[in-house]
Amino acid sequence: MAMSQIKEAPNHTEVVGSDSAVSVRNITKNYGEVEALRDMSLEFPRGQLTSLLGPSGCGKTTLLKIIAGLLLPTSGYVEVNGKTVQGPGPDRAFVFQDFALLPWATVLNNVAFGLEMRGVAKSEREAIAEKYIGDVGLSGFEHSYPHELSGGMRQRVGLARALSVDADVLLMDEPFSAVDEQTRRKFQEDLLNLVQNENKTFIFVTHSIEEAVYVSDQIAILLPRPSRVSEIIRPSSFRNKGVDNIRRDPEYLDIVDDIWSSLRTYVE
Amino acid sequence: MHLFGYRLPGMSSLILWGLLWEIVGRADLTFFVPPLSEVLATLFAIIGTPAFKKALAETAYAFSLGVFFAVVIGIIVGILMGKNRLLDELLLPWVNVFLSAPLTALVPVLMVLFGFGMKSIVITTALFAVWIIILNSRAGVKQINRSLIEMANSFGASPMDAFFKIYFWAALPEILGGVRIGIIRAVKGVIIGQLLISIVGFGALFELYSANFLMGHFWAVLIVLFALAFTISEFLAYLERRVSYYAAKR
Amino acid sequence: MLSRANLLKILSALVLCGAWELAGRVPVSYAFPTFLDSMQAFFEMIGNGMMLAAYKETLRPLVIGIMISAVLGIGLGLWVGLNNFFDWLFSPIFIVMQAAPLAALIPLLVLAYGIGLTSKVLVVCIMAMPVIVLNTSGAVRNTPESFKEMGKSFLASRTSVLLRIVIPAASPVIFAGLRLGISAGFIGAILAELKITPTGVGDIITYSRSIADYPSMYAAIFSIILLAVLFLNLLEKIETILFKGNQRGYVSD
Repeated sequence: MAMSQIKEAPNHTEVVGSDSAVSVRNITKNYGEVEALRDMSLEFPRGQLTSLLGPSGCGKTTLLKIIAGLLLPTSGYVEVNGKTVQGPGPDRAFVFQDFALLPWATVLNNVAFGLEMRGVAKSEREAIAEKYIGDVGLSGFEHSYPHELSGGMRQRVGLARALSVDADVLLMDEPFSAVDEQTRRKFQEDLLNLVQNENKTFIFVTHSIEEAVYVSDQIAILLPRPSRVSEIIRPSSFRNKGVDNIRRDPEYLDIVDDIWSSLRTYVE
Repeated sequence: MHLFGYRLPGMSSLILWGLLWEIVGRADLTFFVPPLSEVLATLFAIIGTPAFKKALAETAYAFSLGVFFAVVIGIIVGILMGKNRLLDELLLPWVNVFLSAPLTALVPVLMVLFGFGMKSIVITTALFAVWIIILNSRAGVKQINRSLIEMANSFGASPMDAFFKIYFWAALPEILGGVRIGIIRAVKGVIIGQLLISIVGFGALFELYSANFLMGHFWAVLIVLFALAFTISEFLAYLERRVSYYAAKR
Repeated sequence: MLSRANLLKILSALVLCGAWELAGRVPVSYAFPTFLDSMQAFFEMIGNGMMLAAYKETLRPLVIGIMISAVLGIGLGLWVGLNNFFDWLFSPIFIVMQAAPLAALIPLLVLAYGIGLTSKVLVVCIMAMPVIVLNTSGAVRNTPESFKEMGKSFLASRTSVLLRIVIPAASPVIFAGLRLGISAGFIGAILAELKITPTGVGDIITYSRSIADYPSMYAAIFSIILLAVLFLNLLEKIETILFKGNQRGYVSD
């Protein structure tokens, strides 16, 4: 049984293998007196899925939004493909926890929204949107409205929208937390396939340990007060065992247990 | 809204508007707008006068009586409608009709039926307020969580206990909201009543002052009226906030 | 077969009309005509064109006033909703106006602008604008944060966010504000007629009252209520059709 590689990572992280699509350097974020993030540095390897895992209040969503360019850090910087982040950009796409779909627009128009904002012509963007609607398994629902869809279907619309703009980096903010358990499991399986097939870098925020260990190539464990990266875990051996076998793999179960024992002291 | 880094309180722009009023008044731009200072001076002068006190008493009397009837009738009818489906289906369409209808049109009917006096004004006031109180009371009763009712039953609560300890409090935030809106409408009702039906109370003062072109007096009384209406509304909003800390997110 | 709800509505309408008829026959008061008498007067007035002519007069200040209020009100509401300074500056005025009995201003308006169309239009405007402005500004201000973030994350320009996200999201509340404004404007128009000058429908009411033609008076009042109710219900139906998605609340419910 191969050992997973677990490393202590206080301030400086070494990347194993591939280069970094996203580099977070010494990010600090203060809200008035409150320190949401303190001097955080992290690397996100290209073409892989990195999770930000931690209890509430550890700043993982804040970090994700800073990478997305939706929030500005108090100090420090983020580089995506070597360029410093100044705001939102075409190289990153965001998937929202509460889906953020426009209730008055059809599925097709929702998915095409990102393309529309980039000035793509109508027939072209509708064609692209239709392709991704099919990819996420929603063919036939192009002219439905969000309120006619289930929670799981709505999130797939959000995912299709993010995929359709063909960004290098996909940022996902607890994307499966608002759907039921069965749908969530299916999503996790689909996500594994997505990471395999698309040549994108995924950054995934979650508070579910099992979910993080299941989907990630790399897990960054964040702890609160002060917010910091406490560990980087790279599960190695069960990645390729097929979606159905991972949850019973011994290494998977060990890692989940280890993470839980180190995190349980932080649960209020 | 921030100025030099300090947060300005909510309604503070009224001070700016007050200043503007003063300037426009002094510049004598129009006969109809005297300076604010003059209006305020007049205000303090007339507050003690018998004419003003009489007007206030008459208006307050009509208003309180009208509101009293509207609240009592409104809450009772609303609760009954909330609990009884048949009654609800019979009455609800009418409540909605009168809620959105221009009640002012009914005033001539009241004048004709009940004469030109206080009675008609009280009825007008009550009519303006009662519909929204009915609707909100009904909504308050309807939205009581089923689980609370089942819980009351499972612990063997008597009907009296259940009503006073659970249902009343559960419906209260919504009912108070209705009463607040109802009272604002009642203020409009009492003024419209006075304007149309008979010249008593504040209506009389407005007619008197405008007929004699006493603009300062006119605005003074108007400010008093607006201030009273606003204070009542804010007081009720305060009560509502005190009660609604436990109300579900609306 | 009619649904139970509709059956009961018709039943209660019949009960009400029946009660009216009885009360008229008793009679409750010499000034209380029977339902049938009033209906007769009602159809007579429609027949001889009086009703139509009267409404043309009455509705003129209402329509003009509402159009002005809608345009100014929504425009101002958007401005106030989007700009903190103007919110601070204008919101208190409209909040005070909403709570206050604006009818008290009518004598003043008559003094200042006479008894013609202008003052009537102004009456409608002051009654209708506050709720339109406050609803619009409130709706714009309360645009769900995640919608705006989503727009930003997909690189929407400020204008795009405003036109494609904020305004559509605010539309249901804006429309509801328009409906309430029209309601209030209607009251203003009737008030103006009863108080300022007798023209149009207000004239029918006051004149019939003065010659003790009570059936006509009641018929006129009935027509006002009927018109208001029909029109506002129509608006509500339109609202439901236009905003069928939004009526269910936002996606995150």
